[in-house]
Amino acid sequence: MIATRDAYGEALAKLGEENDNIVVLDADLSGSTKTSLFAKKFPERFFNMGIAEANMIGTAAGLAAAGKIPFASTFAIFAVGRAWEQVRQSVAYPKANVKIVATHSGITVGEDGGSHQSVEDIAIMRAVPNMTVIVPADGIETALAVKAAADFKGPVYVRLGRNKVPTIFDDTYKFEIGKGVMLRPGTDITFIGTGLMTAQALVAADLLQAEGISARVIHIATIKPLDEEIILAAARETGAIVTAEEHSIIGGLGGAVSELLSEKCPTKLKRVGIKDRFGLSGKGDELLKYFGLLPENLVEAAKEILAEK
Amino acid sequence: MNETVATLQKKARKLRVDIIKTLHRSKSGHTGGSLSVIDLVTTLYYHKMRHNPADPKWAGRDRFVLSKGHAAPAQYVALADCGYFPAEDLGMLRQLGSHLQGHPDSKGTPGVEVCTGSLGQGLSMANGMALALRLDKSNSRVYAILGDGELQEGQIWEALMAACHYRLDNLCIMIDANGLQIDGEVAKVMNVEPIPEKLRAFGCNVIEIDGHDISQIISALDAAETVKGQPTAIVARTVKGKGVSFFENKASYHGVTPSDEELPRALECLGEDCNGGEK
Repeated sequence: MIATRDAYGEALAKLGEENDNIVVLDADLSGSTKTSLFAKKFPERFFNMGIAEANMIGTAAGLAAAGKIPFASTFAIFAVGRAWEQVRQSVAYPKANVKIVATHSGITVGEDGGSHQSVEDIAIMRAVPNMTVIVPADGIETALAVKAAADFKGPVYVRLGRNKVPTIFDDTYKFEIGKGVMLRPGTDITFIGTGLMTAQALVAADLLQAEGISARVIHIATIKPLDEEIILAAARETGAIVTAEEHSIIGGLGGAVSELLSEKCPTKLKRVGIKDRFGLSGKGDELLKYFGLLPENLVEAAKEILAEK
Repeated sequence: MNETVATLQKKARKLRVDIIKTLHRSKSGHTGGSLSVIDLVTTLYYHKMRHNPADPKWAGRDRFVLSKGHAAPAQYVALADCGYFPAEDLGMLRQLGSHLQGHPDSKGTPGVEVCTGSLGQGLSMANGMALALRLDKSNSRVYAILGDGELQEGQIWEALMAACHYRLDNLCIMIDANGLQIDGEVAKVMNVEPIPEKLRAFGCNVIEIDGHDISQIISALDAAETVKGQPTAIVARTVKGKGVSFFENKASYHGVTPSDEELPRALECLGEDCNGGEK
């Protein structure tokens, strides 16, 4: 178990050793986003911009225009919400080589409450042209995604979380931007998960297995560009899809998969996620239960859809 | 010095003519602010900045950011005249298929460093470039031109805080203070004065000049280069529509282009005869 933000902090500090061009910006949350690890090692390449996210993103764009590879970090709600137009105009429109790595996404921010829980950031970033959107599932994938983002030329949004999550990948895992991965074969139904919900989908598949239902599990880290092939194959081969994300059911993974399947392979589908509402204060685990993001909720959705099939 | 000033004045006059002709052709674009800023732009491109039109990405170049991106025609005519792209391209300003977008776009136009035009964002990008140049131990400088109305955007003040906090002495901010914005006088829409005092309070070295007096512009830019440990902000008092008497100081010419009827009169004001030559 490791929080993706911790994996990010370590990976970034390591990347800093390998590449002098990497610079890091934060908006007074470096202790929380874990960019503080990079800051400690490379103080001359770290810029704390204070509580001013719009300026942070614009400054990152300027650093990129002069040849640097900036990583700009803060909580997802501020990186995407407060600084949205700077992300659009100063980063995405010119295709600036800026990496926006946002932590504390989704409801598992917990106690800070709905004001700090971004449930719509995937939808917003996905709608912006030129933007690549990555939501890693665990620490291992986070480290690989951060490296891949640094090597990729262009704007990237990486969505990370606050709390420890189970490790589902091992050292043999090869991460590639734009590629989904089948974690478990299955023939009756497919769970498509992203971020921390992929681990929940794996548990749900186990629960279904005990009842004789064969569930495939696909992990989609890159929400944009979407790996259409792996999703279409799952739709054709299992005929039923349940998407799972710690995000609104509007416009995120569920939205992206629905759009794809509606056009290319209409399939019975259910979206598990936050049902068009804001978050609440509470412990992360309590909130996952409250908002219906546990394995049993996925099992329930699967059974509903299988009953219709 | 006097010879330099005279040459630059002549160039600025030529570029004003180019702006008028370009905007008359495109029938869309921002006339007033392009004319108010052109003396600053001319002095930068033809006197102060180190740049190479044959190699727009030359590492040793100074960087220019037109944060008030709606004055793009002023930058475009200078870039074309310098040879960054053929002058014929100006005829395609704002047309489908042209690299000359309504607001500066670094993806398509040689010599444009970043995308600007959504007001308030250019100074942050200029700061980023200045930080990068300092990390690279480059002696290149960054010049950012802002509008006075643009100072109403909160991000500008975030960026000013950061420029002073990081002691960006390789950054020179220029405010094209023409006193007008779309809805009228800046002072009446949302007063931003006293600009020099505010910039000083943030930590800038402030120089206030007549933004149409080339020798004052040169002196201010020279002085800016000698200041260490803080950015310099040149508050250039200008006249919107400068050079075409019936455009001057009129907010209504913010986003309006010269009509067929106005074109010859505008060129006349700029000392052009009917055949397009200099009188």
